[in-house]
Parts: sequence; structure tokens; C-alpha cells
Amino acid sequence: MKKEIIASGLAAVVGLSLSLWTATARADEFTKQDVERWTGQFMGVVAQGRSLWTDGKLGTNGVACAQCHPNAANTHPETYPKFQKQIGKVITLPEMINWCLRNPLEGQPLALDDPKMTAMVAYVTYERRGVKLEPGKH
Amino acid sequence: MSSNYSRRSFLRTAGTVAAVGALPVTWVELAFAKPEDNFTFAYISDSHIQHIRGNKFVNNWDRGLIRAVAETNLISPKPDFVMFGGDLAQLGTKAELDHGAGMLSKLNGKLRCVMGEHDYYLDLGEYWSKLFGPQYYSFDHKGVHFVVLNSILTTEEWTHNRWPTAEQRMLEMAGLDNPNGSPFMVGEKQREWLAKDLSGIAKDTPIVVFSHSPIQKIFKAWNFWTDDAEQVQALLQPFSQVNVVYGHVHQIQYNQIGNLSFNSVMATAWPWPYPQTYAQAESMLPKLTIPMNRADPFFERDATGWQLIDVNTGRVSLNYNLYSNRPRTVAFDPKLGHPVDKQFQTEAALEPNQVQY
Repeated sequence: MKKEIIASGLAAVVGLSLSLWTATARADEFTKQDVERWTGQFMGVVAQGRSLWTDGKLGTNGVACAQCHPNAANTHPETYPKFQKQIGKVITLPEMINWCLRNPLEGQPLALDDPKMTAMVAYVTYERRGVKLEPGKH
Repeated sequence: MSSNYSRRSFLRTAGTVAAVGALPVTWVELAFAKPEDNFTFAYISDSHIQHIRGNKFVNNWDRGLIRAVAETNLISPKPDFVMFGGDLAQLGTKAELDHGAGMLSKLNGKLRCVMGEHDYYLDLGEYWSKLFGPQYYSFDHKGVHFVVLNSILTTEEWTHNRWPTAEQRMLEMAGLDNPNGSPFMVGEKQREWLAKDLSGIAKDTPIVVFSHSPIQKIFKAWNFWTDDAEQVQALLQPFSQVNVVYGHVHQIQYNQIGNLSFNSVMATAWPWPYPQTYAQAESMLPKLTIPMNRADPFFERDATGWQLIDVNTGRVSLNYNLYSNRPRTVAFDPKLGHPVDKQFQTEAALEPNQVQY
């Protein structure tokens, strides 16, 4: 009895979405202009990341990420998640960024979905573009 | 609590003494003078003393310089003099230079200094010169001719006409990877001075040049570079034993170009990645160089250190005292005709943490 109700409900939903599909733009279609806009949005966030990376005000002691990591070098984003031997477990890149914020920068960690964290991850990864993914590598 | 603290601080001091005692000092007899003229000098560089506000400075960088000074003072037999290789300050302020000079004043023995870009671009070296003297000079010591160059100069236009304030000029040059920076150069005036300085020196006299930037071209994007390097090298090539010792790069590098041996020194502040780790630009890191270990950021002094140097063979032999790491020695090999790492020169000896990527 219960199964029948669910099945007929599902059929109704599928029917509704099919009728909407024919009436509006198709979700899998996008234009060159769309791609340019999205790339622009991404590069804007990369630029925000670069400016945070070189900003002595991110922590409390004036030290900037770029002081030890020019062009975000030696951050190895392609190796995360990995077993971070000093922490003793598998972590992601943002967790390592937070370690740096707390220690060399003597600052506060960011929420993992903080737009500043997103921007820094975008910058670090962009500087490493073209390098193959090697999660877990040391 | 207090007895616990003093026990711990005693252990720390004892550990430091043991580490210094273990330095692999080479006792090669002098090849060009009387054996009793054997001497060493210490080389400390790139401390980047950074002012926060009031009387606060970045503790991490302070500790690096304090440790280098303390360990240098423990060396026996005593080094004949101590060189400081530039970038004492981070942003060239009086507060930073004074704080750094205060720490250097604890050194026993004669100190000589090299100008770095972080010391220079706020007031074009004015306050630094008040503290440490001329920006380029030479001296003779026990048969060796030493030359100190200010290699971090750049164009007149960039220096005098590009930036609205001195503070901005300093900040633009302080960012290693900042595309608004400008390539370093020794410049015509100093090259003329150098030619004159070398004109009275016998061609077989060992020569040691100290500069902040490498007088060779390695990686332009981070100014591991001197724009008129070839012209300076040409002045030095007629001499049979020339050594160029440079800072700025915060890592072990070495190279040989004709008669010229090149050796870099470590920073006391922080290590820099090797240029080949930046995936978006080509680097010309000398093929001879066996890299140091990848730094472990969880040990804040790792991949920093200072050097004890001798010139006993007429070429420099650098004993790297690497904090939180095994010491290394890079010395000229007369058979091969270039500097080698005493332990790691063959590829087979490379350890996993020496692979830089």
C-alpha cells in the first residue's frame, strides 16, 4: 500500500519535471559568454586569494603566507588529502592552511567554508595548475 | 617550576654546545700561506628582523639570529671574523635595524656586513650605513683578498621615479614573487671600482667576493639573479681562485663558472622553496646543486642555519650548521674542479626528503 503511494508520487514528480523541461532552457546547455563569466568569477577569487596570501594582516604578527611560500610554492596542493605526519592523521589542504594561520602567522583559523579560505585554496591550486594529482604523496 | 625551567634551559644549552662541537670543521692545511695562518670565519645571513608594533618583533625570526650569534660565540678555535650577509631587517626601518644590530653586538670579534634589499629600499641604505659603514669595500686577511659588493641595486627609474613613497618602494621590493619588483644589479660605478680594486692583486691570490644576490642568473621571478652578473664575472675570471658567497636565496646552492666557484648561505629566518617547485616558470638552478631537505614547518628553525667557512685550499669550504637537521659540508673538489657536497653529491645518496617538487 505504502509502496504504491510512493511510486505514484514519483511518477507525478517525473511527469511535472518533464513538462517543465520542454518549456524552459535546458540545464546542460551554456554559451561561450557563460564560460567567460564563470572563468572571470574564478579568476576574481584567485586574485582575492593572492592578495590574502601576500597580506601581513591575515594573522597578528605581520607575517604573510608568501614570505615562506612565494607563488604558493612548496605547498603541494596536489598531494592533499594526505597523512600529515606531524599531525598524525589524514588532513585536507585547508586544515594545513589553518595550521599556518595559527602558528607562523600567530592568528586565528578560518572556517573551512569561509570565503577567505576558498580564495586561498583557489590561489594555491591555481599556481599549481598543470601538475598531476597525487593524493597522499610525501 | 623554576627549578624545572632551569633544568630544561641547562639541557638546551648543553644540547647547543654538543651540536656545535659536532660541526665537521675541515682541517686542510693552507695551500698558499703558512700553516699557522689557518683561519675560519663565520657567516650569518638573512635574519629578516620584522617589527610588529611598539617593542614587539616577530619572535620566530628573532630566535634564528639569537641562536646563530650564540652558537658562533661558542666556536673554538675562534673564527677570525664574522660576516653578516644582508637582509638584517624585513622592511628597512630604524626599529628593525637597531633591534638586529643589538643582537649582532653580542658577537665576540670583528663583524662586517653586506647590504641586502630589505635593508636598502626604505632610505637607500642611509641608516644601515650609519650603523655598519660603507656599502661596498675590500680587505685583505692572511693572504686572501675579500671583496664586499652591494649587488641589490637596480635602475635609477625604478629607484627614484616609480613609487610615490619610500615605504611603498620598500614593500614592492620586499615581496620576493612581486612582479612589480626589479632585477638586481651591481651597476657601472661599482664595477669600475671593482676593476680598480683588483688591478693591484696578483692573479693567484685567493679571492672571496661577498654579495647578497647571486652574481649569476638562476631564477628571475624571485630575483635569484643579478642583471649584470656576466660583466662582474668577467672582471673576476682572470684570477685563478675566485669564490662568490651569496645570501638572499635562503637555501643551499652551489655552482662553478670557469674559475669562479659559487656558494650560497642559509637564512636564520626561514627557508625558501627551490625555484623548480614553482610549476609555472623555468628555473636555471645549477645542476651541481644537491638540494637541502624539504623544510618541516612544524620545527620553526628547520632548514635555517649559519655557516663556518675556511679558505684553506684557496677555495671556500662551507660547513653548514643546520638547526634541527644534520650539518652539511660543501667544499671545492680540486680533482673535479667544482664544489661538491661531501655527503650527498652522488644521485644515489639522495634521500626522499631532499626531493623538491
